[in-house]
Amino acid sequence: MSIEHSKVELTRADFVSDQMVKWCPGCGDHSILASILGVFPKIGYKKENFCMVSGIGCSSRFPYYVNTYGFHSIHGRAAAIATGIKIANPNLSVWINSGDGDAMAIGGNHFIHLIRRNMDVNYILFNNQIYGLTKGQYSPTTKQGKITKTSPFGVIDYPFNPGELVIGSRGTFFARAIDNQPKTLVEVCEHMAEHDGASVVEVLQNCVIFNNNTHAEVTDKEVREDRQLWLKHGEPMIFGKNKDKGIILRGTSLEVVTIGENGITEKDILVHDETTENTGIHMMLAQMRPPHFPMAFGVIRAYKQPTYKQLFEKQMEEAQTNATIRCMDDLLNSGETWEVE
Amino acid sequence: MTTKPVIKRDNVVVKFVGDSGDGMQLTGTLFSDTSALDGNDIATFPDYPAEIRAPHNTIAGVSGFQVHIGKRIYTSGDEADVLVAMNPASLKSNLKWAKKGGIIIVDTDTFTSEAIAKAGYESNPLDGDSLGGYNVIKAPITTLTTEAVKDIFTDKKSAERSRNMFALGMIFFIFGKGLEHTDAYLEKKFKKNPAVIQANKAVVRAGYNFCDNTDVLEAQIQVEQADIVKGKYRNITGNIATAWGLLAAAEKAGLKLFLGSYPITPATDILVELSKHKSLGARVFQAEDEIAGICSAIGAAFAGSLACTSTSGPGLSLKSEAIGLAVMTELPLVIVDVQRGGPSTGLPTKTEQSDLFQALFGRNGEAPCIVVAASSSANCFDWAFEAARLAVEHMTPCILLTDGYLGNGSQLFRIPKMADLPKINPPLAKENDPDYMPYRRDMETLVRQWAVPGMEGLRHRIGGLEKSDGKGAVSTDNANHQIMTDYRKEKVERIANRIPDQTIMGDENAELLVVGWGGTQGALKSAVQQMQAEGRSIAFTHFNYIMPLPKNTEQILRRHKKVVVCELNMGQFVNYLRMNFEGIHFHQYNKVQGLPFVVSELKERFNQILGE
Repeated sequence: MSIEHSKVELTRADFVSDQMVKWCPGCGDHSILASILGVFPKIGYKKENFCMVSGIGCSSRFPYYVNTYGFHSIHGRAAAIATGIKIANPNLSVWINSGDGDAMAIGGNHFIHLIRRNMDVNYILFNNQIYGLTKGQYSPTTKQGKITKTSPFGVIDYPFNPGELVIGSRGTFFARAIDNQPKTLVEVCEHMAEHDGASVVEVLQNCVIFNNNTHAEVTDKEVREDRQLWLKHGEPMIFGKNKDKGIILRGTSLEVVTIGENGITEKDILVHDETTENTGIHMMLAQMRPPHFPMAFGVIRAYKQPTYKQLFEKQMEEAQTNATIRCMDDLLNSGETWEVE
Repeated sequence: MTTKPVIKRDNVVVKFVGDSGDGMQLTGTLFSDTSALDGNDIATFPDYPAEIRAPHNTIAGVSGFQVHIGKRIYTSGDEADVLVAMNPASLKSNLKWAKKGGIIIVDTDTFTSEAIAKAGYESNPLDGDSLGGYNVIKAPITTLTTEAVKDIFTDKKSAERSRNMFALGMIFFIFGKGLEHTDAYLEKKFKKNPAVIQANKAVVRAGYNFCDNTDVLEAQIQVEQADIVKGKYRNITGNIATAWGLLAAAEKAGLKLFLGSYPITPATDILVELSKHKSLGARVFQAEDEIAGICSAIGAAFAGSLACTSTSGPGLSLKSEAIGLAVMTELPLVIVDVQRGGPSTGLPTKTEQSDLFQALFGRNGEAPCIVVAASSSANCFDWAFEAARLAVEHMTPCILLTDGYLGNGSQLFRIPKMADLPKINPPLAKENDPDYMPYRRDMETLVRQWAVPGMEGLRHRIGGLEKSDGKGAVSTDNANHQIMTDYRKEKVERIANRIPDQTIMGDENAELLVVGWGGTQGALKSAVQQMQAEGRSIAFTHFNYIMPLPKNTEQILRRHKKVVVCELNMGQFVNYLRMNFEGIHFHQYNKVQGLPFVVSELKERFNQILGE
């Protein structure tokens, strides 16, 4: 059982919707939309086999702006609705668009369970660390100390790190990308589409109005090379303007080192293995953040494990192969029955 | 061979009560199944505590199972002709349900001073004359059970586990029932444990022989055969009937059945039952919570399934917002609410009809839903089928109300042939239809077309935001919202054009019309039939279609001098009727005690109203 491909070559134009895009000028969502419109034709599925599902929030308007089947649902429930769509029709490519409030606060329960089940959907998590559509209240990913409309004295909540939540929920795929670096965003989304199972990409997305520059400490042109580690499977974890910084494992912790200093050579640097079951290094990579570490981007984890769809369909097939009850008349007449004359 | 005389009876009620874990549910089920196979009409009602194993020998831990057998049976019965009480606590809590002059069977071995005190008795109730009005059979059940299996089990615990079978054997003798069904059940159930089969068979026979060979019983009782339509029958609980009705509807609609549910008493058995039927294509998803249960079903509805979710009151509360989404997106969805005592956690294992307002009105915005109610354990099948038919053909959510009494209770079920059930016609859009629009409607029914992801040439977006008439784009236009709100309301109201008229039982000119809805039908019908036989001017009408109501409802209600609306809540249906039909004076009979109506209390109230 697999998703049917398009018989004709598709282009971006096949997925552009006729709706006016109503996000604010300069919003990071525009670039994510542009990336997806580029990715879908490359994936090659029949255009009717894509299904976009969202909850509530700025990012959740996404389905209106892509010409596929789409469901703009209610706050926090995109994961649950997508689950029903995928179980009902496993031959659809199901995509979720959700923000940090929608996914991590009101929808937190559905989010972790979708991941735990390894449900075969692609989850784009737009993380702008703020409630934008309600005009600027702190979210579960807002940094501590941040002044917002509902935290006039600074946020005291500890934030979620989406990567920790995904990997801690037995996630099989987690990647991180940035709205203003579309080339890498496209790559990550393609990789995500190929992965069987629950695939989550966290996109650091900028809300120009209510949380401008919240990711600047890693996304600013000035600092990005020193603060972004782009992971590639099978390659050493090297970063920095001069490609001379790397990550090593010392004891049970990661550490940033400089190649050429203190006897460190390139072969001392950790080589990224996105496919390992062991979550230890993946979790530590997801946790890295400035100032002591760069932030990890690209595919952090892509572990293969039977998906919900595979396990579900296997049970369905086995039950149907071995069944003695094959239609309702069989069921109605099964067990103890008797005739009344 | 017995030589005892035989008394004939039209119907009898037997109630088995004991500690949770004493096996009363099984004992009752074996007796009811045996009686059904033997040709009686039956109805059963399990009455069990919320705790799985409450403290031993306490009132809180008493579990019961009531069986009503006879010629024509509509309820599980009021008072027990035979009460089997396996310990002092169960006697204490159930004596009020024993018929004066009836038989009470007790296990005398359990009446220890400790157990007597734990039950709250000051002295042994078997001594003295507190049970003077009853025919009490004092049987040392524990001792005789242990004795019967002494060659099989030496440890006390294993031996005593079969006590319920001794009581069952006694009941089988009293009603002259055979042991074949029980033997077959034991052989199948304990296939891997021959010692248990042997022990239980021996104990059933010991109980049977005890009544046969001693003088504890003066006569056997023969209960009349069922006087029912001929056909093929089985015994079925309301929850299983509901599950099967949904499966049948999926087959007749040519759709996959999807159930997204979360376990909740007393609705869980619907989820449990459908989980078994993967071979019939049932796609069942046990969700992380009630909200995910309904939202997954809404997703499955969008994807073209016959989508359902099952729950009880607190779960329906959690699903409210999502029901609104299904109303807005005009997707077919069946929501089964097996009502229980509320509010909040309330009385999880007890029955009530107090979710009616929640079903009718419990959503934000103007959000009309179809609401129907089953009225017997067996017709849960028909109403689940009908709920699915209405939801699919009218592209809107339908709430099916059953209750703990119907769901857990069982009844004879005349097995339908699938070929005789009506076909269900989903209003599917045609692939590549150039005129397709998500909210274009059939102007007679106001139903929109169903275009399912994967279908060619029909890509569209739906959602919770208001959409423009026809095209379905997001719209905040003022006039459009009025139009769409009117459509959603009228779409549900126009269903009244396609459902049968309400009927009444009895004379159109009767002085008093008794009105009921949902799970109380059996008791109301019995009460009215008895009063009609007594010559009272009384008629009865019972509602299954709640929203919309049948078109002739008002005409029926206005015809009678007096109208009384009876329901297991504080007056929800009666107020719904008042809202719809001004100027009718309604009497009420309401009860919220976690119990079904009993016929005697209904008759008393009806006589009182007739006398006013």
